[in-house]
Amino acid sequence: MADQVNGDAFVAFERVQKSYDGETLVVKDLNLTMPKGEFLTMLGPSGSGKTTCLMMLAGFETATHGEIKLDGVSINNIPPHKRGIGMVFQNYALFPHMTIAENLSFPLEVRKMGKSDREAKVKRALDMVEMGAFGGRRPAQLSGGQQQRIALARALVFEPELVLMDEPLGALDKQLREKMQFEITDLAHRLGITVVYVTHDQTEALTMSDRVAVFDDGRIQQLDPPDILYEKPQNSFVAQFIGENNTLEGVITSIKGETCEVKLDDGQVIDAVPINVTKEGERTRVSIRPERVEFNKERLSPDAHTVKAEVLEFIYMGDIFRTRLRVAGNDEFVIKTRNAPDQVRLEPGTQIEIGWLPEDCRALDAS
Amino acid sequence: MSDATADAQNEAGKVLAADGTPLKKSLRRALRTQKMRALLLIAPLLIFVVVTFIAPILDMLFRSVENQIVSETLPRTVVELREWDEETGNLPDEAAWEAAYKDIFYAAERKLHTRLGTRLNYEQTGISSLFRKSGRGLDDIGEVYQDQFKDLDKSWDKGEPWASMMGSDAFNDAMSNWKKGDPLPQFEARAGIAEVLPETAAAYDWFARFQLTEEEKSLHKEEPWTLVHWALYKDLKAGDVSGYTGPGAEMLAEADALVDTPDFETIAIQDAFVEFDEDWADVEVWRTIKTYSPPYTSGYFLNAVDMQKSPTGPEMRDEDERIYGLLFKRTLFMSLVITFSCILLAYPVAYLLSNLPMRTANLLMILVLLPFWTSLLVRTSAWKVMLQQQGVINDVLVWLGLVNDADRLVMINNQFGTIVAMTHILLPFMILPMYSVMSTIPPSYVRAAKSLGATNWTTFWRVYFPQSVPGIGAGSILVFILAIGYYITPEIVGGTTGTFISNRIAYHISSSLNWGLAAALGSILLVVVLVLYWLYDRIVGIDNVKLGG
Repeated sequence: MADQVNGDAFVAFERVQKSYDGETLVVKDLNLTMPKGEFLTMLGPSGSGKTTCLMMLAGFETATHGEIKLDGVSINNIPPHKRGIGMVFQNYALFPHMTIAENLSFPLEVRKMGKSDREAKVKRALDMVEMGAFGGRRPAQLSGGQQQRIALARALVFEPELVLMDEPLGALDKQLREKMQFEITDLAHRLGITVVYVTHDQTEALTMSDRVAVFDDGRIQQLDPPDILYEKPQNSFVAQFIGENNTLEGVITSIKGETCEVKLDDGQVIDAVPINVTKEGERTRVSIRPERVEFNKERLSPDAHTVKAEVLEFIYMGDIFRTRLRVAGNDEFVIKTRNAPDQVRLEPGTQIEIGWLPEDCRALDAS
Repeated sequence: MSDATADAQNEAGKVLAADGTPLKKSLRRALRTQKMRALLLIAPLLIFVVVTFIAPILDMLFRSVENQIVSETLPRTVVELREWDEETGNLPDEAAWEAAYKDIFYAAERKLHTRLGTRLNYEQTGISSLFRKSGRGLDDIGEVYQDQFKDLDKSWDKGEPWASMMGSDAFNDAMSNWKKGDPLPQFEARAGIAEVLPETAAAYDWFARFQLTEEEKSLHKEEPWTLVHWALYKDLKAGDVSGYTGPGAEMLAEADALVDTPDFETIAIQDAFVEFDEDWADVEVWRTIKTYSPPYTSGYFLNAVDMQKSPTGPEMRDEDERIYGLLFKRTLFMSLVITFSCILLAYPVAYLLSNLPMRTANLLMILVLLPFWTSLLVRTSAWKVMLQQQGVINDVLVWLGLVNDADRLVMINNQFGTIVAMTHILLPFMILPMYSVMSTIPPSYVRAAKSLGATNWTTFWRVYFPQSVPGIGAGSILVFILAIGYYITPEIVGGTTGTFISNRIAYHISSSLNWGLAAALGSILLVVVLVLYWLYDRIVGIDNVKLGG
């Protein structure tokens, strides 16, 4: 998955490995380059190695093998406080014994900045997150969202070019989280800083990032912009992990260039795009997004294969209808249809035929 | 919404509950049951603490001002001495001496005079033996009169004639019919006898009641105290008994005549007292009695701060008699040194404990707690073995050649020994609160500080240390308060220069039995601790003290 981009990569992981106990690798052969100004999200389930990568970049963990470069220079042996990387922590880590202004002033003080410069910068940083009036308060007197903004301001006040964020929105409620997502990306783009963002929330990853690195089992499974990631998952894990996904299991019967035929386990045959399957007779897991499934035959091409399905459940969700079907022995097959005046509401128990465009259906590895 | 609010308020603007009672009242009622239950749950402990802890402490503190023993044992003397001006340097007048004679006689019969002697001995050395000697000799005074009356008429030395003269007829009948084993009758004085023989009646009344209730003996068998004979002499000398017609009127008239004869032998109380002990002629003794006659005294407290009462008010004791100020200062100083050494030693350990992985930390914690589970005496004695001149440390130093065998280091029975041993013993009390505070400091603070560009030292000093201060505060209070009242360790390893005020308190409780002084010293110690606690609260803020969480 190494994306061999350009020589002017701002952040680069080169064959990085990490082991805590000398027996298992938490990070296996990580290669990653980021250009300046990019907002990259490391997404993955817990234990996938994404936070370890972030900590290695920040300098709190040392890489067991490989090199981490910042602006072309290896930073493996530079202690964290000399790396000049801003960081926002999951629990904000605002110093409780200092006021907000003192918290923001801290990174400037340790850089031996003059008092008037410090005050000006602190004020600018507070205004930037719209917290100008809160300088004299203590962190405990602020709400979670306000603390979050202060943590952000503190990570930015000394003007680092790279900012790391470790699940910074994890403790906020849904509405506030969505608001902050927008504010953070907006700020990052406005300031032109490079951001490495760690989260296990895929919606957050999709909405905020320029590129998303999906981690699993110590490796990057796929590194792509959100739309590619969602629409063209490279393997079963990514397809399952990003967004809602329907899978059908079967065997490849023929591969012809960009399309292949898959014989499902109940004998029905469908068309799909082969992604990481190579030969006939191989077991495969076919992935179709719920919103790409059609049951109105008129909208499908005449030669497309269709599959029989039984309606099990109809859920009205306001903007969309969510219908659960039984398809080829899979009871969890879901389709989503837009709530339009002419839209059909499927009754449970109805037998229907469903189909899709072959390019929306991706034949992936069976593991 | 606004309608509902209006409904729930009456004209006075009070919020009402659904049934129309004021909301506050119904809330109180609802909470009362809960409060009662809470009270009942803590009741056993509360009662236990009040009975076994608070009440004894209050009683003990009360002893530091209580002084009723003087006025209870010498009630008449105290009254007489009020008139006496001790500043003239003259001894009190005869009335005071007589009052003292009566008081001490009565106290000696009840064996209370030595206790009073012990009490006054705290204020002036020698009074204890003065009272003991006087108690023994008091009969000598009355015997002078008793012998002369007896020579006149044998009846004066018998129980029954006295009883029939002094007691009512009804009492005498009851007394005659009394058999051993029956309850003794109540004494009832003969009507009118108190007008004829006031002193005698009073003295006989004491005697009679004491015999009947304390000794449980028949008044018809027991001859009266010699005090009664002296009192009879006083009455006969002073008044006229011719008006008396009751039993024994004849012998009374004879005695009256005898008393007026020129060769009737008398003895002045004052001379007799001085003969018992010439200290009675010392004005100081009388001054002491007078000074300490009120039921409450500041004497113990003055004593506890190296002061004493004097005719001109409280004054400092002589330089060489002052010990408590020194002891208080030493106790405070050494407690501070111990607290400080505990902070220095405990901080790195607590830091290590809270930053190690769980398993290693638990093992270390057991090592910290291990001495905690060992007997205090064993640990203190172990320090004795370590520190003494023929002890382990000196042996090793001599063996290494660092110390000459002839001048081994003196590390025990002095302040050094006490500080070392107590620092070791109190160390867990410093480590545990520090650890519990430090383990709540999230590692992300340290990481945040480093990511913001702070060096290791700046991170520690500006971020970690301020957050660990509550632990230091809690540990310091704990250790300091424990140290200031510590007793066993300074007793064993303190020698003479390393003892605390508590050792002195223990001495007064168990050896000198001067409980009042012990209570005063204890009260001062308590006040000092409370004042320091208050100061600490003002400076650091007690909210900043955390024992965990």
